[in-house]
Amino acid sequence: MPEKIDYDAKIPNNVDLSSDRRLQRALEGWQPKFMNWWGEMGPTLRTQGVYLRTAVSVGREGWAHFDHVHVPDYRWGIFLAERDGDRRIAFGEHAGEPAWQQVPGEYRADLQRLIVIQGDTEPASVEQQKLLGLTAPSLYDLRNLFQVNVEEGRHLWAMVYLLHAYFGKEGREEAEGLLYRNSGSPDTPRILGAFNEETADWLAFYMFTYFTDRDGKYQLGTLKESAFDPLSRTCEFMLKEEAHHMFVGTTGVDRVVMRSAELIREHDTTDIAAHGGIPLEIIQKYINFHYTVSLDLFGSETSTNAANYYTAGLKGRWNETRRKDDHQLTDGSTFLDRPGEDGTWTQDEVQTLLALNLDLRSEYIADCRTGLKRWNRILAENDIGYRFSLPHPGFNRNVGINRGHHITPDGTIVDEATWEAGRSKWLPTTEDLTFVRSLMHPVYERGKIASWVAPPLNGINGKPFDFEYVHLP
Amino acid sequence: MTATVSPEVSFTRSPAAYRHWNLRIEGAVAWLELDVAEDGGIVPGYELKLNSYDLGVDIELYDAVQRLRFEHPGVRTVVVTSAKDNVFCAGANIRMLAGSSPEWKVNFCKFTNETRNAMEDATEHSGQTYLAAVNGSCAGGGYELALACDHIILIDDNSSTVALPEVPLLGVLPGTGGLTRVVDKRRVRKDRADVFATRSDGIRGKTAVEWRLVDELAPRRDFAEVVRQRALELAGRSSRPADATGVELTPLEPDGYAYRYVKAELGAETVDITVHGPDEHATDWLLTMTRELDDLILRLRTNEPELGTWVIRTAGDAETVLAHEEAVLGKPDDWLCNEIIHYYKRTLKRLDVTSRSLIALIEPGSCFAGVLLELALAADRQYILDGPPIEDEDSPLRASIRLSEANFGRFPMGNGLSRLESRFYQETDHLAWLRKEIGHTLTPAEANELGLVTDALDDIDWEDEIRIVLEGRAALSPDSLTGMEANHRFVGPETLETKIFGRLTAWQNWIFNRPNAAGPDGALRRYGTGRKAVFDRKRV
Repeated sequence: MPEKIDYDAKIPNNVDLSSDRRLQRALEGWQPKFMNWWGEMGPTLRTQGVYLRTAVSVGREGWAHFDHVHVPDYRWGIFLAERDGDRRIAFGEHAGEPAWQQVPGEYRADLQRLIVIQGDTEPASVEQQKLLGLTAPSLYDLRNLFQVNVEEGRHLWAMVYLLHAYFGKEGREEAEGLLYRNSGSPDTPRILGAFNEETADWLAFYMFTYFTDRDGKYQLGTLKESAFDPLSRTCEFMLKEEAHHMFVGTTGVDRVVMRSAELIREHDTTDIAAHGGIPLEIIQKYINFHYTVSLDLFGSETSTNAANYYTAGLKGRWNETRRKDDHQLTDGSTFLDRPGEDGTWTQDEVQTLLALNLDLRSEYIADCRTGLKRWNRILAENDIGYRFSLPHPGFNRNVGINRGHHITPDGTIVDEATWEAGRSKWLPTTEDLTFVRSLMHPVYERGKIASWVAPPLNGINGKPFDFEYVHLP
Repeated sequence: MTATVSPEVSFTRSPAAYRHWNLRIEGAVAWLELDVAEDGGIVPGYELKLNSYDLGVDIELYDAVQRLRFEHPGVRTVVVTSAKDNVFCAGANIRMLAGSSPEWKVNFCKFTNETRNAMEDATEHSGQTYLAAVNGSCAGGGYELALACDHIILIDDNSSTVALPEVPLLGVLPGTGGLTRVVDKRRVRKDRADVFATRSDGIRGKTAVEWRLVDELAPRRDFAEVVRQRALELAGRSSRPADATGVELTPLEPDGYAYRYVKAELGAETVDITVHGPDEHATDWLLTMTRELDDLILRLRTNEPELGTWVIRTAGDAETVLAHEEAVLGKPDDWLCNEIIHYYKRTLKRLDVTSRSLIALIEPGSCFAGVLLELALAADRQYILDGPPIEDEDSPLRASIRLSEANFGRFPMGNGLSRLESRFYQETDHLAWLRKEIGHTLTPAEANELGLVTDALDDIDWEDEIRIVLEGRAALSPDSLTGMEANHRFVGPETLETKIFGRLTAWQNWIFNRPNAAGPDGALRRYGTGRKAVFDRKRV
C-alpha cells in the first residue's frame, strides 16, 4: 500500500515513486524549475526558519508535523488521500462503474484542461502574495503567510504530478507552462482574471484567503467527486490543507473587526482611521470587492462545459454522494434571476444540468454567509449597531448573466451613471487602499502586533502567541 | 431542438450599420475587428457568445471585403483581428447550426467559404494582403477565418491556441474548408493535421509555428506593434495605386428581384432570370450587373431553396456588350478594371457552385456574347432557338452567340480551367478551332456544330421541348441532381476550391443528415445540453 509518505526520497510521496522511473525522472526534471520559480516568484522576505506544518501522513489521525523549517527546504511532495479500492463513479452516464485509475482517451483533453486550470490558480496566489512578508503585522501572521504559500506550492506539485503521471509529453509541457505564466504578467498572465489581481495589503490577504480560497475549496470539492480516481484523491488531500488557508482568512477578518470594534469603543467614534484602525465601511468595501471577484470564478450561471463535464463524470457537484436525486440531472429544472433592461428582475427556468455552476455558487454563497455572521456577532458583542452584509450576486460582476448590467449591492438595477456615482461607497477607492496600505508596517517582535489587528485567540499547534514562529536574520 | 423557420435574408449592408465588425482605415492598412453582438443573431434563438458567428456576421464580413477592394484602392493590408480580450473567434455558432435546417447549414458553409475565397483572391490578385492577428483563443470557423489570411500571427501568452475541434467536440462538420486549407494551403503534414484536428484544445505557441499552423508568435505586450509592423511590411510589397479614388458601392435597392440590369421572376418550381446588356452609354454596366447578379444568386440560394431550376436568359445588343467588355478587359493594369474582372470571375464561380439546375435559353434578342456567354457556359444545358421569336414569327430577328477573348481564360472556374476548357476537356484541337471563331456571329446551326449548345430547336418544337426539359428536371430527385451537377461541372484537376465545395455539397449534405449529427440523440441535437451524443458505430 503506498499510503505511507516516503520522506527519504528526493521528492516525498505516497505514490511509490521509486518504482516508477519514468515518472521519477519527469518530476526530478521539473523540481529545479519549480525551485527557480519559487526563488523568483515566491516570498520576498528572507527568513532563517519558519514554524511550518508538514504533512507526514494522509490518514485521518496525526497527519501533520510542526517544526521550524528553512523555507526553500520545505519538503514539497506528492500526497494522495487513501485509496478506496471499491470506489464507484457517483454520477453522470458512467454512474455505478468502477472509478477510473487511468485517464480514458475520450476525456483526455478535457481532464487535462481542468487540471491545468486548477493548477494555474495554485502558484498564482503565491505570486500575488510575494511582497506581503515585508509588512506582516506579527510573527504569527508571517508564519501563516508562509504556511499558505508553501501549501499552494504543494498544490501546484499535486497538479503537476497528475500531468506528469497521466498525460505524457503534453502533460509535461503543460506542467512547464504553469511556471511560465505569472500573475499579473502583461505577456503571460494567469488563466483566470481573479488571479491576476494584486494582493497589496493584509486585509486583502485575509479577504483573499476567506473568499477566493473558498472558491478553491468548492472547485476542489467538485474535482474530488471526479470519476478519475487519482484526481479525486489528490483533491481530497488538498482540501485538508485548504481548510487552514480559510482559517487564516476567517480569523484574520475576525481579528481586524475585533480591533476596529475595540477602537470604536475606546474612542467612542466609528471614525477610527485617525486611531490606527480600519473603519467598518472600508472593511465592507473589501468584502464587496473580494466576494464579487470570487463569484466570477464560478463562471457563467449556465454552462454547457460544466454540464458536459458532469455527464462525462469528470467533475461532480459539491457533496455529490450526499445528494438525493438521480445524479443524471437530465430532467429537472431550476430558476435563475435575470436582470432586465427595464430595471426589473425576471426568472428564467433552466435545466438543472446546465445550471451546475449556479448550484456550486449557491453552496459557496451560503458558506460565505457564515463568516458574515461571525463578524457581525463581534460587532453585536461590542454593542455596535453596524452590520456587514454580502452584496447581491449581481453586483460588480464581469462574468455571466449580470455582466454589463449595473446592479447595486442591494440588488437594484440602475443606470450606468447612478452606479458610477455609487461606486466609491461600495468598492474600495484609491484613497481607501492608500490608507490601508499606510497602516501596513511590519511588526517582527515576538508577542507584538500591529495597531489595526487584534492578536489571535490561540497560537499554532498549542503554542502561545508570543512564540517565535519565525526566525529572522 | 426543432428546425426554425428561416427568415427572409437580405445581403445589403453598410459599414456604418455593422453590428459585428469595426472597419477602420489607417492609410495603407485597414483594421477589421470582430466584435460580435451576442444578441445580434440573424435568427432568434441563440446567443453569439465568444465572437462566434452566424450568417449575419459573415454577410457583414463579405460586405467589408468587397468595399475594401472597390472603395479603398489605397488599402494594401487588411488586418483581421478581434476587439474582444482573450478570444479571437470561436467559429460558427453551434446552437445556430443545431437549430438550422440542413440546407441552411450547407448554404451558410458555402457562403462563408466564398467569403474566405474572396479574401484569398484579394491577396492574390488585388495587392490587398490579409493578415490574421489572432489575439486570443481561435477555434473552428475562427481558425478558418485566420486560415483565409495570407499570414497568421498568434499571441504568445502561453494559453491562446488555434484549434479545429469539430471532430472531438461535435462529431460532425469536418470538411467545411478548414481541414483542406490546413493540408493544401498551409501544407501541414497529414499526421500532424490528424493530431491537430482530433484535439479539442488545439495547439499553442512554438508547436503551432513548427507545424505551420501559424506563421509567427508575438508576445502580448508587443502584439499590437508586431502586427502593425508586419502589416506595413506586407503593404510595402503591394502594387495597388497610392493616389486612386475608390468607387462607392451604393445600395442596390431592387424591387423584389428586379434590379437595373438583372431581373428574376419566380415560378412554381423555376426561376426565370434575365440579364440585360449595357445601355448604349453605360460605363458602369459590368460592375453594376455583377453586383446585381451576385446579390440575386445569394438571395435566391438562401431564400428560395425549393426553386430548383434557374432558367437564364439575356437581352440586349451583342455589339454593345463586346464594346463594353473591351473597355474593361482591355485595361487590366487599371486597378478598377482589374477589380471588376475578378469580381465577375467570383460571381461566375458562385454560380458554378450553386446547387440548382442551370438552363440557358438563347433566343432572338439575346446577347450571349463574350462575358455574357460565360453565363450560358456555366449552365448545365444550353438551348438555342433556330427560328424567329415565338411571339413574332414575321420578325427577321434570329438568335446567335459570340465568342471573345474573355471566354478563353479570363474567368477561370474553381478548377483553374476556363468554362470552355472544362466543356472540351483535353480537346486542344477543338479549342483551337473555337479560337478561330472569335468575333464571328455564330448562328444556331454553327453554335450546335461547334458544340457550344446542347441543342438548336426550331420555332415549332421550341415551346414544347423546353417545357418538357424543365418539367422533366423538376421531377427528378433534387439530391441526385445536386450530386450529378457538382460532378459534371468540375472536370479535370482538383484544386483547393473544388475540394472544399465538392465536400460541402456531397459530404456535408450527407453528414448533416446522418443520425450521428441530426438524429434525436445526434451531436448537433445534444450539443449544449451537457448530454453526450449517441453514435452509430458503423463506419460507412
